[in-house]
Parts: sequence; C-alpha cells; structure tokens
Amino acid sequence: MKLSTNFVKDYIDIDVDLKTLAEDMTRVGNEYDSAENLINATKLVIGEVKECKDHPDSDHLHVCKVDVGNEVLNIVCGAPNVREGLKVIVALDGAELPDGKIKKGKIRGEESNGMICSIAELGIESKFLKEEDKAGIHELPKDAKVGEDPIKYMNMDDGVIDFELTANRGDLLSILGMAYEIGAIYGKKVKDIDISYKENSSENINDTFSLEINTENCSTFLAKKVKNVTIKESPEFIKNRLIASGIRPINNVVDISNYVMLECGQPLHFYDNDRLGNKIEVRMAKKDEILKTLDGIERKLDIDDIVISDGNRAVGLAGVMGGFDTEIEQDTKNILIESAIFDSVKVRCTSNKILRSEASNRFEKGLDANRTYMAINRACHLLEKYADATIISGMKEYNKNDLSNKEIEITYKMINDVLGIEIEKDEVKDVFSRLGFEYTENNSTSLNVSVPKRRLDISIPEDLVEEVGRIYGVDNIKGKLPKLDMKAGSFDKTAREIRNKMISLGLSEILSYILVNEDEAKKYSNEEFENLKLLSPITEDRSTLRYSMIPSLVKIYDYNNARQNKDISIFEIGKGFYNKNNEYGEDLKLCALMSGNYSVGINNERKVDFYVVKGVAEEILDYLGYSGRYSFISNESYSEEFHPGQTAEISVNNDRIGVVRKITSKCRTR
Amino acid sequence: MKAKIGEIKESAIKEIKTSENLQNLNDIRVMYLGKKGKLTEILRSMGELSAEERPVIGSIVNEAREEIEKLINEKTEELKKKELDEKLKNEKIDVTIPGKKFKRGSKHPINRVIEEIEDLFVSMGYDVVTGPELETDEYCFERLNLPKGHPARDMQDSFYITNEYVLRTQTSAVQARTMMNNKEKTPIRIICAGKTYRREDDATHSHQFNQVEGLVIDKKENNVSLADLKGTLEVFVRKMLGKNSELRFRPSYFPFTEPSYEVDVTCFKCSGKGCNLCKSTGWIELLGAGIVHPNVLKMNGYDPDKFSGFAFGTGIDRLAMFKYGITDMRYLYTNDIRFLSQFDRKDEE
Repeated sequence: MKLSTNFVKDYIDIDVDLKTLAEDMTRVGNEYDSAENLINATKLVIGEVKECKDHPDSDHLHVCKVDVGNEVLNIVCGAPNVREGLKVIVALDGAELPDGKIKKGKIRGEESNGMICSIAELGIESKFLKEEDKAGIHELPKDAKVGEDPIKYMNMDDGVIDFELTANRGDLLSILGMAYEIGAIYGKKVKDIDISYKENSSENINDTFSLEINTENCSTFLAKKVKNVTIKESPEFIKNRLIASGIRPINNVVDISNYVMLECGQPLHFYDNDRLGNKIEVRMAKKDEILKTLDGIERKLDIDDIVISDGNRAVGLAGVMGGFDTEIEQDTKNILIESAIFDSVKVRCTSNKILRSEASNRFEKGLDANRTYMAINRACHLLEKYADATIISGMKEYNKNDLSNKEIEITYKMINDVLGIEIEKDEVKDVFSRLGFEYTENNSTSLNVSVPKRRLDISIPEDLVEEVGRIYGVDNIKGKLPKLDMKAGSFDKTAREIRNKMISLGLSEILSYILVNEDEAKKYSNEEFENLKLLSPITEDRSTLRYSMIPSLVKIYDYNNARQNKDISIFEIGKGFYNKNNEYGEDLKLCALMSGNYSVGINNERKVDFYVVKGVAEEILDYLGYSGRYSFISNESYSEEFHPGQTAEISVNNDRIGVVRKITSKCRTR
Repeated sequence: MKAKIGEIKESAIKEIKTSENLQNLNDIRVMYLGKKGKLTEILRSMGELSAEERPVIGSIVNEAREEIEKLINEKTEELKKKELDEKLKNEKIDVTIPGKKFKRGSKHPINRVIEEIEDLFVSMGYDVVTGPELETDEYCFERLNLPKGHPARDMQDSFYITNEYVLRTQTSAVQARTMMNNKEKTPIRIICAGKTYRREDDATHSHQFNQVEGLVIDKKENNVSLADLKGTLEVFVRKMLGKNSELRFRPSYFPFTEPSYEVDVTCFKCSGKGCNLCKSTGWIELLGAGIVHPNVLKMNGYDPDKFSGFAFGTGIDRLAMFKYGITDMRYLYTNDIRFLSQFDRKDEE
C-alpha cells in the first residue's frame, strides 16, 4: 500500500518528517519498503519562454530564452511543443533529477544553462501520464508564477511511503485505516469524512430499480443512482493522490471511484446506468458462461465465480473486474454505483485466475460493512462536487453483515502474563483510547473493550494483548529466561556421528536439491517405484521428488567436473521419497559419490575404484557396530547406468540396506 | 706384591682416562677385571702368600678393583653421553620444512550452523526433533490455524504433489506433529531444523532452503511469556552472531501465533550504523516469533486455559551466509568442491 501523506493529512494532523513516520509505523508492525518524495528533484523553478528560435545546427532543437524570475537563461530544448509564452518547469544548473544532474554546457555550439522538463523527467512513471505529457515538456497553466516552486504549484509536494502490510491488516488498505493507526501512535484524533450531499427527491431508486441476491457469497450490496454527470479531467489533487498511490488517473468519474476506494478501503463499481438497465442480480456464474471484461477480453467463467448480471447476462465479475458493455465511457450521463461485499475466498480464487487488482486485494482481506455505506455516500458527495452529478434519492440496500462493534473482555492479568510485564492499568486504557476503542471497566481486574468493525483482525482477547504490546512498545518489554523445570535435552546423534565419520574419512558433505528432472529420477535404481511429481513445478528440471539420492549427487558431480574439479569425494545425508501401496513416505539415506583420486592419511593417494568405495562403506558399517553382521552380495542385473560386474548389495541380516557400484554411463564410480 | 698391585692400578687408571670409546673401555675392563684379568690373576696367586699377608693383600686388591670399577663406570657414562650428543648432532634436520599433508573432509556450512543451534538449545533442555519433509496439508497448514482459502497462504506458494501432500513450506509443521504425538499432553521444549520448500526461485530465494523452529509449551502457572521469548532469542542471537547483537521486535502477523513478531537484529555488516545490506536501517530481519495462538493449542489437543507457550523460527541459509561471509546464496547449493573445502576446520569461537 502506497500511502500519500498529503492524503492522510486530510484526516489526521501530524507534523513529522517522512522517515520518522515510516520508522514509527514500522515499530507498531507496519513495515515499509520505501519512503520517498513523490518528486525527487532539486532546484526546480517556474519559468516563462520569452523567445524560442530553431537551433542553427539541428533539425529539432530549439534555442530558448527563459525567464526564471531573477534572470533570463539561455536553454536548448528538444521538445516539439516548446514555444514562446509557455510557462514551463525549469531545472537550473546543478539540479538533481532522478536520471542525473543538470550541468551548464553547450549543445551543438549553443549555450544551455538548464533544462526545460517533462513530467517524466521528474520521475513520474509514463503510465501515469496524459498523452500530451508523454510527447513533450509539461505545459503549466497561465497563472503559474515565474520564479516559484513548480512542485508546490502542481500540488505534487507529497511524500509517499510504500508499506508492506501483513495479511491480517486489511483495514490499513485505506487512508482512514492509516489515519487511525497513525493517530494511535501520536495520540491524535481522526477527523470526520464528509459524506453529505443533496438528493433529488423527484425520483427514488427503489421505485425503478430491482436487486436480487441469489448467492450467499454476497453479504452486502448497496446501489445508488446518480444522473447527468459531466465527464472531464479530475482536479489536480485527485490526480496527484492517485498517482502517488500507484493508480492511473482516467477521468473524474472513474477517478472518484478509485479515490473513494483509497479513502475508505471499499472498492466501488460504477456502471453506465443506461447501458445496464434497471436490474441487477448477483449470482454464481454458469459453467462456461462468457463475459467480456472491460479490458476487452472474453472470459470463460466457472461455477465458483461470482457475477453481477442484468437479469439476462453477466455484466461484471464481482470484486475482480467490470464488464465491457456497461463501463463508464466518455459519453456516460447516468451512473449506478455499486458498493458491496463479496466472499473473500471466492474473490481470491477468481482473481488468481484472471487478474489481481487493487479491488480484489481489498475484497480478499475482508471488508467492514460500515465502510460499504460510508463509501457509497462519499462517492455521491464527490460526484456532486466534481462531476456535477444529481444524486437520486433512496438506496437499494441488501445487508447481512453485523454493523455493531465487537465486545471483548480482557483482564489485566492476561495482558501481563502474556507479555511478561507489569503494565499500569491506566496505560492499558490509554492504549485502547489511542486506538479509538471504547471500553468500560467491569471491575478492578478487567475491561470490556468495544472494538470497531473496521478492525477485522481483532476477535479474541489475545488480539487485544497484541494491540497493547504494539502500542505500549515491545521495546519496553525486558527479555528474561523462562523459569521451567530443569531437564536434559534429548538428541538422536546417529546422523551426526555418520556425518563426522564420513568427514574423518576425507569426504566433503554436500547439500543438494531433492527436486530433480523426471527422467533423472528414474535412473540409477533397479527398484520399482513411482515418480512423485509436483502439481505445478517451476521448471521441468525440478519437477520430481527424488527416490534415490544419486541423481542429486550426479548433478553436483557434473557441476564440479565442468569446473575442472576432478577429485571428487562427496556425501550427503538426506531424504528419498516414495509412494508404497498408496502411502507416501520418506527415508533418511546416506549417499556417497567418489571419483578421481582419493587420499586419506599420508602418502596414500590412489585412484578411486570399487574397493576404495567399498572400504568407505565397510568403515561406516563397522563404526556403526555392524561388524561381522554384513556381507556384500554380487548383483549382475543389468542397468545401463551401472557396471554389472562391479555392483554389490550390502546385506545385514538378509535386509538389503545399501549398494556399492560403479556408475558406467559417464564413467563415474560410486 | 703391593708394588705390583700399585702398578696395575696406575696403568689401569691411565688407560681408562685415555680411552675414547665404549668398546675400548670394555676391553680395559676385561683386561684388568675379567676372569683372566690382571687383578684377578693376583687374587688367584694369593695362595702363595702367608696367612698374615693374605687379608692385607686381599683388601688392597679389592680397593684397587673398586676404584677401577668406579672409574670405568664414570668413564662409561661420560662416553655414552658423548656418543648420544654425536648421534643427535648427526640427526639434526630442518624443522622449518612443512609437515606431511593429511586430507580432511568438510562439513556443509548449513549443517555446521544447524549443529551449533542444536547444541545451544540442547544445553537449555530442548529436545531435538525431526519431521517429514513431504507433509500433509493438515499438519503444514490446517493445524497451524491456516484453513484452506486463508489469505496468509498467499505468503507461501507451495509445492503440492497431491491435494493433500505438500513439501513442507515451514518447519512449523513439526510444531503440530510434536503436540499431536505427545499423548500425555505434557510440557514441550523442542528445536527442529531442516529443509523447507517454497514455489519461488530467484537471486535471493532458493526453492529449497533451511529453517529452524523452536517451540516451548508449559503449564500456565509457569507463564511462558513474551518476555521469556525475548530473553531466549537474545541468548540465541548473541551466541550465533556475537554478544553485541541487539534485537528489535516488530509486531507482525503469523496465523499460528498471537501476538506475532518479526525480529530484527543489529546489522552484522555495519554493526547498526547503516549500510547497503540493511538498506541504511541498521537492522536485518532474522526471525519470526510469537506466543502460540490459542487455536493452535486447541487444534492440537492442548487446553489453552492450562497451557501457554512461545514459538520462533528462522532461516538457516541467511544465518550461514552472515556467519561465514558468503555473498551469494547459490554457493550453498551448487556445492563447488573448492567452496566446500573451506569448511574443513572448526569454527572460530
């Protein structure tokens, strides 16, 4: 979630710098990825092009005289739209822009003492730009004052913190949620949101519009009609706040639906009411039902997808994407606003198939039905104000969600026990006040806390303990060691003993991947087994769980061999996986691969052959206490990977527990 | 007769003094003291003497004999020492030439770290346990308060082989197994390290990696708290990364603990001053930890009214990288012999 600090300051009075805010939020559990100004540039000034002539030595460059207030600068500019009388953004000599530093110099013989900038050169991604801004330098309105700061003038003096939120804090996917969180840190109250508007009572939606909810996967559905909107460009503050939040401005109406989603955390959908008609039905899609989504793609749906229908056909994929046929167009006049809650798991599955969006992300995390109401009213307020809309009276309303607060009882003892501290009662109460949770004192030992619905993550007393820990500050809790009964730790050291023994025999331990190529997995074993394949592997080379460890070790042999490491004596203690009689399982195995020269002790280097490897096997068996109980049995059954005349199975009490053999296909010895 | 004895003695002393080796000295012994030696002959001829003279001469001969013997013994010692000195002198070698080389195998850095962690926790009374790598969805997710469709399952895209079986995405699966297997529902103190798997593969994520998991569950009256968790992790981190390491607990979210924390440690590269590794924050995220969620206790047969506990987990790969200054995670899995052979000695303490 990208937080525009200008945006959140509408709802909370704070005066802290960007880094401090980001760090303070981190301490209460909201990690951030970056905290940067929207525009990271210095020495920018508003200028006016006083003179603009073609460069004598270029077919596209211009030589301009630009008034920047205290002086008139000679600047060479290549933009096609530069012309006399234009108000522009000038980067002065020494300005730091995202792509580098501006220096005085000569461009094809003409002096240039700065740069006239496009918006892209200020670091705004081109996907957010209007067509005219992609093509050239930014044209400031006539009233821009020469010599002043263009970033302030354009309302782009914003700081943006990119938070990596935890999966349980869906409430923070909204400016209001962020305001409550910031308010809890600094002890500030969140201001009210303006949801006022006039209604045209000559018409009521309930008289003309019908709503049918035919699935339990829609728990709230609100609809309002607005008429006679004017589609135009959004005001600067809306556009800039959307850009700061990572959303592309389109037009005032579409922007308002996104703006309200950012503010309230409730995704909205606007239908062109004339194209939609006067009915909405929410139902599950039919098998193979076709819907053309607003990106123009025809989607084949399934019975697990929730759809919005006009009574005949699907016109929207609930929570994920609207339909092509009912979207807001340049000529849209009348709008139906949808503010709804759909099942989070269903939306998640559908969006995983089709598209993950800002909207689906919020549905997946869960929504507060109070906000569903707030958002639809806020949208009406903004449409009236910025799109000249007439709001039709009445609301189509379907709501199965509880709107009241959750009441949770918590004892001071529990807080102190879980956190391991002695926290004052007043401090506990202070935490809840800061969070905006009302409480009543039951008696001297416990509180009844009334948790607003927006905090969907809080449902049990333990959750409240976490809140106290968070806001009180974990740093204030001193670490100590648990007071538990003394006892000896237990430990099966067999694997460790084998590891140490193998190392003492001069072999190097490796750690290989258990996932191998399907064909490789089948090799190097004459046992019958079924390959265990992943349902969705990343690559074919890592698609199958190994049964034998040899394929993994051979891979490592190959890697080393290709790097001229010729003397290879490696081993691994790891797992091999199987399915026997429909039972999945795994065995812990020891596997060694030896090749090239092997040396142990003094002046005892020799080429690895069958007997060297057998010697290592015998040494391990003796070490583990099997001496006298094992035998090596020749096995000449042919497989192309192994030498039939140099294969011996290790037998202990008639159990075949291992094998020593020479790998022939690539002349390796194991 | 007396004079003759005196002469023999004088001559023997002279010869002993001038003798230069043990062989010659032995000849002298034989010549004077042997069965046919000069003094022995005198003794033999004593029969010719009178009864009065015999004891007198006898004692003179014996005195002479004792003196000669003593001198010979002394000379023997002297010559032996001389001979040894000579021998040692001849055997002098250049001790600065390098000794003979022995081949050593090496222990993989991941297992070195695992062993160190296991040893530390065993010393604090933890049991080392293991669990399957091919886990059931039930133990890997469901019993850890992660039902199907839970958004937190997003955090870990998993390798399933059937709808039910999955390569474990976290060693936490062993928590549920240990609790379920403990039929008497007695206190638990375990540490479990091993391989884990997630469906991601890039420069900083390997699809196979290693984790270690700790779980403590005890009777409510022993009150295993967040402060205890903090203290335990302080011991752990300071043992692994140095005693000046500080910890920072950041509230976070895991479905199996409540409250949950991510734990940062002082950046080992810059000691907290801020560098490119820690993105100038001075902190490195290292562990996930928290108080065991009552649902997890309940789902695995422990009564949350009678038991409480904490759990923590961390990635071993990163710990190994920090500890040994390994700059690229891929070195841990390519197993180049030249890389591995650097781990053929004991760690610095």
